[in-house]
Amino acid sequence: EREHGPYQPHEPGYGLYQPGYGPYDDQIPDLKSQMLAIQNAKAYLLKSSTTSGLNLYDHLANMLTKILDERPANAVDIIENISKDVKWAQFQKKMDTLRDEHEILPTFEAAEKRKALFLKANGEGDEELEEEIGETPLPNVMETAFYFEQAGIGLSKDESYHIFLALKKLISVQPIQTCRFWGKILGLEMNYIIAEVQYREGEEEEEEIEEEEVTEEGEKEVDEVKDEDEEDKKEDEPPKSTYKPLPIIPKEENGTGANKYVYFVCNEPGKPWVKLPPVTPAQIVCARKIKKFFTGRLDAPVVSFPPFPGNEANYLRAQIARISAGTHVSPIGFYQFAEEEDEEDEGGTGRNTYEENPDFQPLSVAEMVDSLSTWVHHVQSILEQGRCVWFNPFQKSEEEEEEEEEEEKEEEPDQLEQEIGPPLLTPLSEDEGIENLPAWTAHPSTDMIPQYAVAILQSNRWPGAYAFASGTKFDNVYFGWGHKYSPENHTPALPLPVQAEYPSGPEITETRDPTLEEELAFKAAREAALAAAEEEEDDDEEEEEEEEEEDD
Amino acid sequence: MEAASLPAALELTAGGGAGLSPEKRAALGASLLLLQRDYRFERVWFWGCIRGVSGAYYIAQGLGPDRAAPRSCLYSLNCVEWSLLPPATEEVVAQAQRLKGRFQGDPSFEYENSEVNAEDAEIVEDEKEPVMKEEARLVATIEQIDRAVGIIPRGAFVKTPSGSVHENRSFEGLSLTEAKKLSSYFHFTEPVNLKNKTLLEKADLDASTDFLDSLEHDIPPGSWTVQLEKGGTVVVLRSLLWPGLTFYHVPMTKQYGYVYFGTGEKNLDLPFML
Repeated sequence: EREHGPYQPHEPGYGLYQPGYGPYDDQIPDLKSQMLAIQNAKAYLLKSSTTSGLNLYDHLANMLTKILDERPANAVDIIENISKDVKWAQFQKKMDTLRDEHEILPTFEAAEKRKALFLKANGEGDEELEEEIGETPLPNVMETAFYFEQAGIGLSKDESYHIFLALKKLISVQPIQTCRFWGKILGLEMNYIIAEVQYREGEEEEEEIEEEEVTEEGEKEVDEVKDEDEEDKKEDEPPKSTYKPLPIIPKEENGTGANKYVYFVCNEPGKPWVKLPPVTPAQIVCARKIKKFFTGRLDAPVVSFPPFPGNEANYLRAQIARISAGTHVSPIGFYQFAEEEDEEDEGGTGRNTYEENPDFQPLSVAEMVDSLSTWVHHVQSILEQGRCVWFNPFQKSEEEEEEEEEEEKEEEPDQLEQEIGPPLLTPLSEDEGIENLPAWTAHPSTDMIPQYAVAILQSNRWPGAYAFASGTKFDNVYFGWGHKYSPENHTPALPLPVQAEYPSGPEITETRDPTLEEELAFKAAREAALAAAEEEEDDDEEEEEEEEEEDD
Repeated sequence: MEAASLPAALELTAGGGAGLSPEKRAALGASLLLLQRDYRFERVWFWGCIRGVSGAYYIAQGLGPDRAAPRSCLYSLNCVEWSLLPPATEEVVAQAQRLKGRFQGDPSFEYENSEVNAEDAEIVEDEKEPVMKEEARLVATIEQIDRAVGIIPRGAFVKTPSGSVHENRSFEGLSLTEAKKLSSYFHFTEPVNLKNKTLLEKADLDASTDFLDSLEHDIPPGSWTVQLEKGGTVVVLRSLLWPGLTFYHVPMTKQYGYVYFGTGEKNLDLPFML
């Protein structure tokens, strides 16, 4: 092209252009030397780095290729990261002689287990399906989940469906009469999904027989050991202690009271269901005093004070029993007492059975929400003792009474007062609040559409326990960590006071050993006394001899 | 959690049983967008819900260009109308720490400070007892929870040389092994322990991504539960110090977030329960 200038005075560039100092004057005018300069620059860019073996030319080419392919927004801001990514990709390829083994992630195994839930069990014929569709113990988990979802409570739909299928599997394996999804308890390492189950009548006896056999064998072993010990002990028996341990309060029979339902737990839907052992009153009493997180492993020990009699499976079962007793409610009138002929029970323990009321008339949602007296507890409350039905541990059977009449009566321990709890089907308005907090909060699920609202109850004493009622449907569920709410901090039980020592008196006080002088002095005094005694005897003998001589 | 990913995030955090009803979810979808428009926020986070005795507070937070700047908090009783909360001050936080018990559900409820010491009662000439409104307690509780247990995965945010913090566009998510470690998560607040690290540790840090405290040295140790849910596809962290705070992250993706569904009370019995 034509070079610019020299500018005439009337042109705008006049005065600015000086020969030798124009804007393009530092460029190499000659085409050949321009090409040479370009080749030199390119040779420099192609020079391999001494440390990494890469060269800038290839790296820039790769980077620009990547940018042009991906076209990220604001590429100039992230250019360093792109450069780093390109270099990293290079690095990976060079080390490709060792190929990574295809990772078998634990996620794949978990997916396998969940897939297994969806497969139908072998041997299920179509005929069996038709029979079962009529009366199935399987609860409609998705329907319950829908109602709770109206209040914002519940698991994700995926998880609910998995639980649905897991319950179906449980029912096909165990002989179950009724089944219900009780809830989910969170833990440190894993969570628990809990199903509340009632066995069909007659199916439970198998397990009781197993327990009895186990105890009989145990007793036989103990007897053998005792015989050996008795032989040794007859010679030197230490004094027997007068300590009598407090009588153990027996657990309630399976199917009654706190053990009315059987609970199955699993960590995740797809894993096998494990049955929880029945709960004993000692475990409930101890569970009231401790507050521990669940780890998620049923065999984990519960380290606490007072020491919990059992492992995590027992603690879980005890908490489930407490939550059920405290928060399982139903609309008033849904359950009614069965008509009994004998209404007089020993000690007035009250009724403990109920049945569904066929004439149940549901109340409107507004009524259910306004007042708490429209809800009732349908699970017996647990007494201080740890049982639902009070047990007198000092009640002697007839045999023992006969023996006592013959033998001397031993000291009778103090009689325990009978504990009476609130009767079954008590309305919630009788529940005590916590300080100034009511025990329950009721609200409708939605204010926008009151025609289809659902009445929701939240427990304030056991945060995480919810109940809903809509027409003739109702249910209870628990989602939480498994602990009671207390506005005060938890104070663990203090250890027992240190036992007092035996009172010190003269009979056990150690005296100082006598010194050498005292011993010698004592010896001298004794010898003097002996000598004096001998002299007296000699005198006496002499006197006797003299007397005898005199007689002769 | 990001308002934009609310539906997916709620599905992933529902493992604890707490969530939102479809009505609230639908209302939030619309009202959070309008919040963004009205207050000119760059990002809107749905922080969670504090359940009072007779009502619940739904909280949202708005972020400006510097994501680490103090966030504006808004609350609503019905997820439709939002009110801005005043920023939290140290006195308010200290005062709220003395209050115990549940939230009532009424923002104008006044707590009587019944813990006035006998000594103070003699000194104080005025008969006014310091009362605290529930709104102030709400502000203080949100601040406490964010400071204590608001977390983000490592590498999700970068600090620019000018000091402002942005999302890291090259963050592709933590790997599965990294996601199970507590050291891959940071508290999203002013760092406290960072200066106390040894020189050796500091040499390994990357100043652009490691500018916050990690969860490794939280007191007491064990106050976080790390679990894999949904068959191992989501990593869920739950705090035991503030029960109800749930953090989720899908490994190898950009999805993460935390939400609080609870009563707004600290779990002071934690050392006894572990």
